[in-house]
Amino acid sequence: MDRFSWCDGSLYPDESLVEQQSGVAVYDGQDKTAFNAGFLMLTTHRILWRDQRNRNCVISLPLANVSGVDEQPSGFTKSAKIVLHLSAGAPGRPPGPVTQSPHDYIRLSFRELGQQEFLRSLKEEMKKRRWEAQPAATPASNNSGLLPRQRPGIVGIERSIQQKNKETNKNISQAFQDLRNLMEKAKDMVGLSKTIATKIKDKQGEITEDETVKFKSYLLSMGIPNPVTRETHGTGDKYYTELARQLASVLAKPVEDCGGMMTMTDVYCRVNRARGMELLSPEDLLHACELMEMLALPLRLRTFDSGVSVLQARSQDEEEIVSKTSSTIQDKGPLTAEQLAQILGLSVILARERLLLTEKMGGVCRDETVEGLKFYPNLFLTAGS
Amino acid sequence: MADFDWPWQYKFPPFFSIQPNIETRKKQLEAWCTLVLTYQKHMKQYNLDVNEAQNSELFYNKQLNRRLNLDAMYTVLEELRKRGNLEWKDKNRSACTLMWRSPAEWGNMIYSWISSRAMNNTVCTLFELSEGEDSVGQDFHGLDKGILLRALKSLEAEGKAEVIDFDGNEGVKFF
Repeated sequence: MDRFSWCDGSLYPDESLVEQQSGVAVYDGQDKTAFNAGFLMLTTHRILWRDQRNRNCVISLPLANVSGVDEQPSGFTKSAKIVLHLSAGAPGRPPGPVTQSPHDYIRLSFRELGQQEFLRSLKEEMKKRRWEAQPAATPASNNSGLLPRQRPGIVGIERSIQQKNKETNKNISQAFQDLRNLMEKAKDMVGLSKTIATKIKDKQGEITEDETVKFKSYLLSMGIPNPVTRETHGTGDKYYTELARQLASVLAKPVEDCGGMMTMTDVYCRVNRARGMELLSPEDLLHACELMEMLALPLRLRTFDSGVSVLQARSQDEEEIVSKTSSTIQDKGPLTAEQLAQILGLSVILARERLLLTEKMGGVCRDETVEGLKFYPNLFLTAGS
Repeated sequence: MADFDWPWQYKFPPFFSIQPNIETRKKQLEAWCTLVLTYQKHMKQYNLDVNEAQNSELFYNKQLNRRLNLDAMYTVLEELRKRGNLEWKDKNRSACTLMWRSPAEWGNMIYSWISSRAMNNTVCTLFELSEGEDSVGQDFHGLDKGILLRALKSLEAEGKAEVIDFDGNEGVKFF
């Protein structure tokens, strides 16, 4: 009995519960003890006994101290018992209920049955000797670093939440550490492109004009060197007007290149790619584009009846589009939006918009079938009469 | 029966899709109305069942694999109704009477035929008029009874004829 020690009833981190049985009394050798009605638990490392009336009273016996197991079948007035033969205890064990005992064995009396199952599990655990694989630290030694699940109740839950928060905070700050580095580098890159640009200007004589132009265009398509931001231009109208000016100067050429119109989604992608780190929100972009017409810039925002918004070059006239589209269809025969997109090198959405606009003006007419929408020269108006 | 001379629109695929553009649609519906009336006249048909018509060659060009869908058909038929060339037989609009000549026109045609045969002041039955041997070769031969009756009523209104009803047989007296 002197091999037992007090404990708080919690398990070690690598310990797990194997078997449990209520209504068990502990005998010190042949003698009865105060531990006469309790909850017996078998874990991979220990045998725990918890008093059924006073739940704080828990004693434990390391399985390492058990040298042999015997069985005492039940009699007429006696319940079945398991006899545990004990080896000599380690000298520095934590305090226990009994300091000195004349007996080298204890008996567990199963008053509510279940000794068969318990004995089987106990023998199995004795064979496996799992407590040797990773000697568990005694609860006394890790008082400070108790793992969350060892703490029951609300305090335990709060602690575990706190710990989790700490960990996520750490992870987030680590993640942003990388991003900050990237931003520093990006600044350097923009600076580098600027210096190269000025150097080219200085040494114009040494490389041919053609190469300069080419290289410059690379640099330009690489980014906007000093984007208009809220930091540099404030928040109100001034920000939007400046933004609109910058957008117009940057986009004028690409818009011309792709047929005088660019959908707002394309505009958004292009602008933000060029700006690099100082990204624009869709609302800001739209707002700036709405101002373009008022500022008499070479581009303007235009929304088709279908709701598709595009940025349109001022040179693009509606009538011109209509006449161009209808003459294309006169030449090539009936076309779908996809085919027109291929011929003109436009996106399908824009080609469709062109066709619908032309239809609205009476330039073409539609043939709607299961295969799709095809547009024909409008013979109703031209050949009808 | 001699082949019907289809208009150029019948071979033009967009003809079978209702055009959203107002100007274009006007022209398109005009063409459809003319086509339906001339076709009916050619086939000497006065009634049209919408369900049957869906698969008739009038609304379904098998060569082009284009057909006028039901909604579009109703658009065309309603247009005809607005022009006074069509009357629905029921509220469900499942069948209609097409009048490629107005009752008054029919009436005048019949009256002039009667006059030319000097049959004024005689009584003849409706059957004689539309199915009789004498009227073979006339436009109104085989005319739908309903339309015939209305044509005669219009004559009656002008005081040129009188419809008489004897023993369930209807007759008409021309003046």
